[in-house]
Amino acid sequence: MAEAAAAHGEHEETTTGLNHRKLLMWAFLGSDCMFFGSLIATYVVYQGKSKVGPFPEDVFSIPVTSVSTFVLLMSSMSMVLAYAALTRGNIKVFRIWLISTAIMGMTFLGFQVFEFRDFANYKVELECAHLEPDKLTEFEKTFVDRCTEGMDEFKEQHGLTPRTNLFGTTFFTLTGFHGAHVTLGVIWLLSILFHSFRGGVRPETNLDVDLAALYWHFVDVVWIVIFTVVYLFGVFPGI
Amino acid sequence: MAEDTHNQDGAGEVHTGHPTPMTYFKVAMILSVITAIEVAIFYVEDLGHGIIPILVVLSAAKFALVAMFYMHLRYDAKLFSGFFVGGLVLAFTVGIALLALFKFFV
Repeated sequence: MAEAAAAHGEHEETTTGLNHRKLLMWAFLGSDCMFFGSLIATYVVYQGKSKVGPFPEDVFSIPVTSVSTFVLLMSSMSMVLAYAALTRGNIKVFRIWLISTAIMGMTFLGFQVFEFRDFANYKVELECAHLEPDKLTEFEKTFVDRCTEGMDEFKEQHGLTPRTNLFGTTFFTLTGFHGAHVTLGVIWLLSILFHSFRGGVRPETNLDVDLAALYWHFVDVVWIVIFTVVYLFGVFPGI
Repeated sequence: MAEDTHNQDGAGEVHTGHPTPMTYFKVAMILSVITAIEVAIFYVEDLGHGIIPILVVLSAAKFALVAMFYMHLRYDAKLFSGFFVGGLVLAFTVGIALLALFKFFV
């Protein structure tokens, strides 16, 4: 056990008494906080400054995003349970929780792909025969005069892409970078899973899994902020 | 919530009182309930701008729960917390500075 740990350099003497790799991971996560902090601040700065639609209230679907948020939160739980199983020496349970985490990560990415595709194909749809102006968004109201007499419904594609407006640029940049982090996390988790089948993951070398878990939980906490600031505040009128 | 395992995790330091799987499960349930409350509050139109501090507090609570229990900051060395909180404080400062420059005082 000690030899294995020594081979990984995990019991080396350090001035802080802490493992260098773990300290480096926390330093990286601290710097990544600043990276996402800047992207979130940029999104907030440009919020409400788009000249053309669609706007957040046109495209966001809070129920759908709430489900994907729940999936990511649960993936954090399965990740920490995988780590706990490994420290207890239960490799089989560790693998089950790890693959669960990866699957939930991929599910979250699936939601994101679905959402991006949905935004890119957004259509303004008006029921001209039964128009209720109070229920229309600001963007939809600009199309009311396109309803001519005798027209039942008006439909026109106005997809949201990074080039559409400031909202599209800042939204796709922020959530795209987060999605890239999740993708990297899934690849990391799967590589640990394959490594475990080759005997490379053992309780005494659980630092490798601990670092991946820290990264995964970080991706989760970033999404907690994005969900509130971008989605909930984004759709709420008057903010 | 801290209990049981005395565990040397290979990082060179002994962790005392890592939570049990049941604690992790309880934290997950609390996180789910907070998310549900966030979404429910979102649909209460009467709150007006009062929704902002409520959502900020709930979001901060979720962030803290994950950081303390899942990332083990509550049980690990304080230096790890220092690195993370330091980054967070800088990120928050940059955010406030950007908002001040380009949103509040424009």
